[in-house]
Amino acid sequence: MIRSVLTQPSRSKIENEHPASSPLSIHDMTVAYHRKPVIWDIDYTAPQGKLVAIVGPNGAGKSTLISAVLDLVPKASGEVRVFGEEYHKQRNRVGYVPQRESVDWDFPVNALNVVAMGLYRKIGWCLPVMRRHRQTAMEALDRVGMADYAKRQISQLSGGQQQRVFLARALVQDADLYLMDEPFAGVDASTERAIVEILRELRERGKTTLVVHHDLQTVTEYFDHVLLLNMRLVATGPTSEVFTRENLRKTYGGKLALLDQVGHKMTLGESAR
Amino acid sequence: MNSVPTRIGFALVVVAVWFGNPSGAAAEPPHDTHPSRATARSLSRDRLEWPSWDDVTRTLLLRDYNTRIVAIGTTMLGVAAGIVGVFTLLRRRSLLGDVISHSTLPGIAIAFLVMEAIEPGGGKWLPGLLIGAWLAGLAGIVCTKLILRFTRIKEDAALAIVLSVFFGAGMALFKVVQDIPSGSQAGLNHFILGKTASMVLADVWIIAEVSLAIVVIIGLLYKEFTLLSFDDKFAASQGWPIFRLDLLLMLLVAGVTVIGLQSVGLLLVVAMLITPAAAARFWSDRLGRTTLIAALLGGSGAFCGVLISAMFPRLAAGPVIVLTGVCFFLVSMSFGVRRGVVVRVAMHRQLKAAVGRQHILRALFEFLEPQCNPTAPMSAQLVNHIVSASDLQPMRSWTPKRLRRLLRVAERSDFIAAVRAGGYRLTTRGAELAHRVVRNHRLWELYLIEYADIAPSHVDRDADDIEHLLAPDIVESLEQLLSQRYPHMTVPPSPHAIDATSELTT
Amino acid sequence: MNQSTTISPNDSKRRWGYARVSVVSLSLIALAVASLALRRVMIAKEWDSNDTWTVATAALAAMACALPGVFLVMRRQSMMGDALAHTTLPGIVVAFLIAHAMQQAGWISSATYDSWRHAAMFFGALVIGVVSAILTEWVQKLGRVEASAALGVVFTTLFAVGLLLIRLKADQVHIDPDCVLYGIIETTVMDTIPNADVPRAAVVNGLVLLANLLLVAIFFKELRISAFDPAISTAMGINAQAMHYALMAVTAATLVSAFESVGSILVIAMLIAPAATAHLLTDRLDHLIAISLTVAALSAFMGHLMAITLPAMVFTPLGYPEVVDTNTAGMMAVAAGGLFVVAALFGPRYGVVSKAIDQARLTQSIIAEDILGLLYRLEEESGTAALAINQLTAMIGGRTWPTYFAVRGLASSGDVATRGNNCELSDSGREKAKRLVRAHRLWESYMAKHFDLPADHLHETAALVEHFLGAELREELAAELEDTAEDPHGRLIPPEQG
Repeated sequence: MIRSVLTQPSRSKIENEHPASSPLSIHDMTVAYHRKPVIWDIDYTAPQGKLVAIVGPNGAGKSTLISAVLDLVPKASGEVRVFGEEYHKQRNRVGYVPQRESVDWDFPVNALNVVAMGLYRKIGWCLPVMRRHRQTAMEALDRVGMADYAKRQISQLSGGQQQRVFLARALVQDADLYLMDEPFAGVDASTERAIVEILRELRERGKTTLVVHHDLQTVTEYFDHVLLLNMRLVATGPTSEVFTRENLRKTYGGKLALLDQVGHKMTLGESAR
Repeated sequence: MNSVPTRIGFALVVVAVWFGNPSGAAAEPPHDTHPSRATARSLSRDRLEWPSWDDVTRTLLLRDYNTRIVAIGTTMLGVAAGIVGVFTLLRRRSLLGDVISHSTLPGIAIAFLVMEAIEPGGGKWLPGLLIGAWLAGLAGIVCTKLILRFTRIKEDAALAIVLSVFFGAGMALFKVVQDIPSGSQAGLNHFILGKTASMVLADVWIIAEVSLAIVVIIGLLYKEFTLLSFDDKFAASQGWPIFRLDLLLMLLVAGVTVIGLQSVGLLLVVAMLITPAAAARFWSDRLGRTTLIAALLGGSGAFCGVLISAMFPRLAAGPVIVLTGVCFFLVSMSFGVRRGVVVRVAMHRQLKAAVGRQHILRALFEFLEPQCNPTAPMSAQLVNHIVSASDLQPMRSWTPKRLRRLLRVAERSDFIAAVRAGGYRLTTRGAELAHRVVRNHRLWELYLIEYADIAPSHVDRDADDIEHLLAPDIVESLEQLLSQRYPHMTVPPSPHAIDATSELTT
Repeated sequence: MNQSTTISPNDSKRRWGYARVSVVSLSLIALAVASLALRRVMIAKEWDSNDTWTVATAALAAMACALPGVFLVMRRQSMMGDALAHTTLPGIVVAFLIAHAMQQAGWISSATYDSWRHAAMFFGALVIGVVSAILTEWVQKLGRVEASAALGVVFTTLFAVGLLLIRLKADQVHIDPDCVLYGIIETTVMDTIPNADVPRAAVVNGLVLLANLLLVAIFFKELRISAFDPAISTAMGINAQAMHYALMAVTAATLVSAFESVGSILVIAMLIAPAATAHLLTDRLDHLIAISLTVAALSAFMGHLMAITLPAMVFTPLGYPEVVDTNTAGMMAVAAGGLFVVAALFGPRYGVVSKAIDQARLTQSIIAEDILGLLYRLEEESGTAALAINQLTAMIGGRTWPTYFAVRGLASSGDVATRGNNCELSDSGREKAKRLVRAHRLWESYMAKHFDLPADHLHETAALVEHFLGAELREELAAELEDTAEDPHGRLIPPEQG
């Protein structure tokens, strides 16, 4: 019922504000876990063909933002448009790199198998992975510099190599919009460079990439655009303009306590009167 | 290897083997060849009687019609359970099988009562009973999901509650069935602990059909189940219907449970799902092979179990099948080539030996280094010097005993040669290796010093070759840096003073 | 003083109101069912002392199990209880075999053999409890097998061993497998202790219950901390591992004593269901223990009652007059499950129905507040506002009947005055509306200050959040905004008072 209050934004408004050209546009999105909003009123349009960093402190809702875009968690309100349409219609154009910790790396598959998973949707129901699919997967592995490790079981790869395998799985999807959840977490220096290489290559080919990023020192070096997030959208725009001391202070200067308090009240379902 | 045709083919072979047998068999009455199993246990026989040689050969050659029937049926069950088990194990849903199997009990009783009501005397129709069991198993899963969805109860407690409450309802209904005149002879109790002797040809047909269906479904959706078990978040983002796939997997588990009721019984059928799958994991790191091995272990475990219990009439088939599977599990856990305990211990020892070898070579090199001319090639000079154990003792914090052992090992592997009592000299091969080890080590140290501000925590110290770990351009720049600083040296000098304490920090 | 400063007390009162209503209504339903059932019993069959003793024994067994069960549930190790229920079988069998061997060897006389047997049974259970825990850990660590799978491998193995032994050595161990697996409480109560009319099983279960109560009382603090956070408890010097093994041993011993009455599989219900039911009703550990003891006793009573009445009630009309009663142990599990379902549906705080009622009330109060807010804003614009219900519905959105009920509620509390078909704000309603609109505009200003949002995006969240901003939060907002007088749209923010 509460949702119904919010999920009826006027249609015309949405269509006006979701230009079909934009790879990703989020309108007034609020995401709640157990009724408690974790991100509030996100309003964002991603620029075409740019590298965008999503930056914010722990618990700011960075991963939640990506999950909500991908329909992995329900939205309490708001709309998301991918290339002007709803996500499920544009799935083939979106590549996703989850956090490395989200899977069991003891799983009995090798690097090539994991990369081939990116093709499963294209292969379709019930049909097996063919030689040409393996070929495609192998090329993607080669692009991330992992061709020599294709037959290695994934638990025998270092953290950085595992991350590269995940990246290759997204590359093989040949998407136009990439969403990556902390691809730089726990990787060695050479992997970090390799990933940056690939991100730049994607940009040159006109792809848009949103990356959850932790290392503030490298933001200006790696990314064109930045999205500063702390439960709410603090600032967004070109890195040179937005990535300022003032904005960072706003982002990292603690959560807005009031948002937390109101969120708590809403969890309990306590009306004020 | 794990393509669909192979799987279907495999299942067909199983069925074909069975087809080969029954010429004239159908006419043979399905009587019980082991009367002792059918009658109540006799008090006089408290010893395990060893079968005669004739019994053994009869059993092993499958001459008994009944043994043949039971063996084929149970083997097919084992194969199907092994395959399904791999996916439930990887999906971390192993114990859900236990819940499903316990939940089948009320379904059996209700199915009996319903069929009895429709047609008196028709309550024992096995397919009907099994469908009832299957539906009840599904109801168990649905209840678990509902509890998890709508209450704050965690998964473990939800499983335990559903399991025990369904079983309790089943027990209560069984008593009711017993009280009904036609129910007391229905033999529904056999479903709890299993009774292979009651298996007839028609039952094996059911098992064959269900197993085949399970194997075909897994074969068709092999790719989907793999993705579901490995990374369900990614699968969801790609638009695979995670919930429905999960439910389908549970349907298959329920299917295995149901066909296992007769031979293994519902209390133990979960072992058929867990044990072969867990055992197969020790043999392979690839899913296709793991699945095949699980099928093999499940099938052969069930087969052997049936034969053993046929030879020893006092041993019930269900527990014996489970224990055969456990033997396979223990063997796999000990000797499995991928993750078995023996292999892992051996690998650990190998690693320790490699570390010891590197230590002794580096100690030798570092001891000899001051005595050599740094502008000339090192390797050639190294072999000229003689070193004693007492020289090496202060180089590291090692016990004299360990040092002696390391020297002995190095001598055996021809890195050093004993020249006189207590005196050693590096061989050419040893000198080259020492050179390489020290070079790697020092490059590594330099990397840590030069690049520490970039990636202090991102280094993987287990690797023994720096080239494998760092990008070639970094290695190159490091080497350039070194040759700039020390133009005459191919091996960089140690950036820190060499003593025993420094070893502790690197 | 402002009414809304007392949200929390009001609110907790409301919750306790639910609790009371649900408890009372539940007891009424239970009483009605029980009296019907009892009358049935009286007609069909006398309730004799055997029934009383059956219930007493079963209740004592169930309560004894519920105590360790509470900690298993809190530690999320319920399936360990399931595993133990299976593995105690080989424990007992081996212990009996040893006792038998000792008697054969002449170490113990036949006279003392019987008491030895029981001591051996408890000892065997204690050992097997720890052994299963350790074996599971071994398989898990040595073989790197996932925890639940390791548990599955271990308990099925031990259970299979137990089943084989029981068949092979049946005449030495004197155990009826059926009795161990399914429990035959109806016959165990016949076995009384010498010189008294008390069943032996009741005495044993009572003693175990006492021992468990004592243990819980002595180690309450330790149990609580180690259930809550094993890491902290280890840091504080309470060895969580040792606590784990001790819990396993005690659980196994309790299970053994309950076996004879309830059977080895159904003890799982007695172990977990009462604790889980209590967990749906309370958050405090001491209450949890008390409630699970009550639930355990209740399920024993209801179980037996259902066992002797329900089958005849159901199956006689279906044409099976032979069916008069059923297995008490099985019905106890069903009763425990039933109580769990009832708690899950009607629990005061976490129950599905209570949550739905809460939600409906919340929705209704939001609609009422929206009506007040709407009327206030209209007044603000044009001086007066009087609207009919259909107009209100059209402007708020949603369906007619919730609006109708909301207006009825507002009229009865005097916040809205109805004149003919139209309704308008009363003075008290205007006060409330003013506070609501103040909350809305304060929130918009706050959002505009901190969020990078265009002004036309502010309204939606504010329309939701306004209902949750009490006086304290409004005050905080006002302080944060440093007494801004206007919202981002240039409208006046109404003052808190006057």
